Amino acid sequence: MSQDLFFQHLANGISLGSLYALIAIGYTMVYGILRLINFAHGDLLMMAAYMVFYGMLIFSLPWWLSVILAVILTAALGAGIERVAYRPLRDSPRISVLISAIGVSFFLENLGTVLFGGRAKAVYRPDWLAATHEIGGVSIMTLALVIPAVTILLLLVLSYLVYKTKTGMAMRAVSRDYDTARLMGIDVDRVIGFTFVTGSTLAAVGGIMWALRYPQIHPFIGVMPGLKCFIAAVFGGIGNIPGAVLGGFLLGIGEIMLVALFPDLAGYRDAFAFVILILTLLFRPTGLLGEKIAEKV
Amino acid sequence: MKKKGLILALVVMLVASLSLAGCGGAETDGGEGAGDDVIRIGVYEPMTGDSAAGGQMTWEGIELANELYPEVLGKKVQLFLEDNKTDKSEAANAVHRLIEHHNVVAIIGSYGSSMSMAGGPVAQEKGIPVVGCSPTNPLVTLGNDYYFRVCFIDPFQGRVMAQYAFEDLGADTAVIIRNVADDYAVGLGNYFQEAFVSFTGSEDSILAVLDYQKGDQDFTAQLTTVKNLNPDVIFAPGTYGDSALMIRQARELGINQPFLGGDTWEAPEFIEVGGEAVEGVALSTHYSPEATVTDAAKEFVQVYTDKFGKEPNAFAALGFDAYMVILDAIERAGSAEPQAIRDALAATENFEGVTGVITLDENGDATKSAVILKVDNGEFRYLTTVNPN
Repeated sequence: MSQDLFFQHLANGISLGSLYALIAIGYTMVYGILRLINFAHGDLLMMAAYMVFYGMLIFSLPWWLSVILAVILTAALGAGIERVAYRPLRDSPRISVLISAIGVSFFLENLGTVLFGGRAKAVYRPDWLAATHEIGGVSIMTLALVIPAVTILLLLVLSYLVYKTKTGMAMRAVSRDYDTARLMGIDVDRVIGFTFVTGSTLAAVGGIMWALRYPQIHPFIGVMPGLKCFIAAVFGGIGNIPGAVLGGFLLGIGEIMLVALFPDLAGYRDAFAFVILILTLLFRPTGLLGEKIAEKV
Repeated sequence: MKKKGLILALVVMLVASLSLAGCGGAETDGGEGAGDDVIRIGVYEPMTGDSAAGGQMTWEGIELANELYPEVLGKKVQLFLEDNKTDKSEAANAVHRLIEHHNVVAIIGSYGSSMSMAGGPVAQEKGIPVVGCSPTNPLVTLGNDYYFRVCFIDPFQGRVMAQYAFEDLGADTAVIIRNVADDYAVGLGNYFQEAFVSFTGSEDSILAVLDYQKGDQDFTAQLTTVKNLNPDVIFAPGTYGDSALMIRQARELGINQPFLGGDTWEAPEFIEVGGEAVEGVALSTHYSPEATVTDAAKEFVQVYTDKFGKEPNAFAALGFDAYMVILDAIERAGSAEPQAIRDALAATENFEGVTGVITLDENGDATKSAVILKVDNGEFRYLTTVNPN
């Protein structure tokens, strides 16, 4: 493989990986605080993408205003889901909440089919985002530079939020023990609600970036990214925010390199991701950056 | 109390959305127990999923045909639609439901060879005849006495595009990129390869056959390989949406060679998603209103345009024809018994359809001409008609 070719593949891998990383952050944050894998995360990104689409089409809003509104509405939707589907199960076994999350995921997919129809829709993309640059024989789209930048920015903002602010301290306390946190005067419901708002905001940003990169949306658009980013989060160490970013980048680059180096295995690209998941769970369940946490009793 | 109400509302919405999505919301009224005065015809099409546009376009044609010709043998024809969700196992389930639950005597469907190949054996086992609108893979009807189709098959379609690439575009080398999970794409890719090699006389004229998987949205790895190989044309059979995304990504990577594809690209979504990137792309398909051959076709263009306010596409036309071929078979059989319909279908000869004259051969396939369309200024434009020899 020539050098140019290798760098082009690497650029493609980073571009895909940064998207995975962006979505995996939201997954891992909700898990880190609540010990809940929010399976509806992928479907929230679908809803966000549709909100941008309809904001521009029906209400003829400028694209940036549609994006801002979609992020706010998705955050509200996330809070609503938490209120309706997760909060009533706060004292139930964790598996009940997990099943509820799967239910919400199916609900959003079918709701999307009823509301938006099963046919795919094309997403508008501003021209400046789609402009391509030739850098030393490697073609890179502006968007492929914007997405990693957004990912890193959100990583920093989120790390600051969780580790440096009072709310973040409350979140970490809640993640340890609801009852003790409550005794310390923390409003657990409010903190968890806030966690979901933040997680859904991340899903919205991820969904919009995904729709800009692959400008076709349909009600099941969130399923595959949802699964892949879950794998990325587990690979990096679920609950660990920098781990999710690392996992996302490695998964994206790994997938691209698999297809590039072994074209015959291209059909097994998704299988490759799932094999990584299984191997991680077998040999390093805490992931690359995850630390051993004693299971609370 | 308030909390319970909220949960109840959620459950009700969930159930409603599931049941609506489940039947595609398009079953004609009447339901069970309509008695002997009704002839029940089932339809299984992808109303949701990757091929939703194809299924919905086909259903428009079938519905229109039913509206214009609602009766045969003095009985009303009632349609039952099941959504196969662009999924092989759902397709088999859909056929099963049509036969067991709706007691249909004949079935129309499905857009997409994979779905038809999954549904076919179920119908064969139950002895219910099926007429496919647009599944083009030869294996759909091969070895299945109950499966027929009103479209051409892929050995022909592959040759049409190989000939176009070689003679009209002057291409000496090609790369094939195909959805490896899709029987249609794999089959059509193989037939294109065979024909292209025989035109160029060189095994090496196909530089590579690259795969992708159903649900992939990122094709940059395959396309970077293509860019490096620098072929004269790229043949990329696949679903309209995937292919449009792929062509966009190709242009972003600086690949300017022509893309060629098959009939599944004929969907408005292909142009909407592809935008400027798909300008100049050529594809083969079954029908164009600009190249109508029969009187039935002229009438069809008129009524379709009046009803939907747009020009008909190949899939609406094939859906229309599939319905008409079944009606014709019931009329000739003088009976609505599945076996009698099957035997009459097998004897279909010189039936004047919208998409051409239909004669079903011993496999149950029609021999028809293909048209080549080219995307020009955001529209599919008729380029030429290719006749089978």
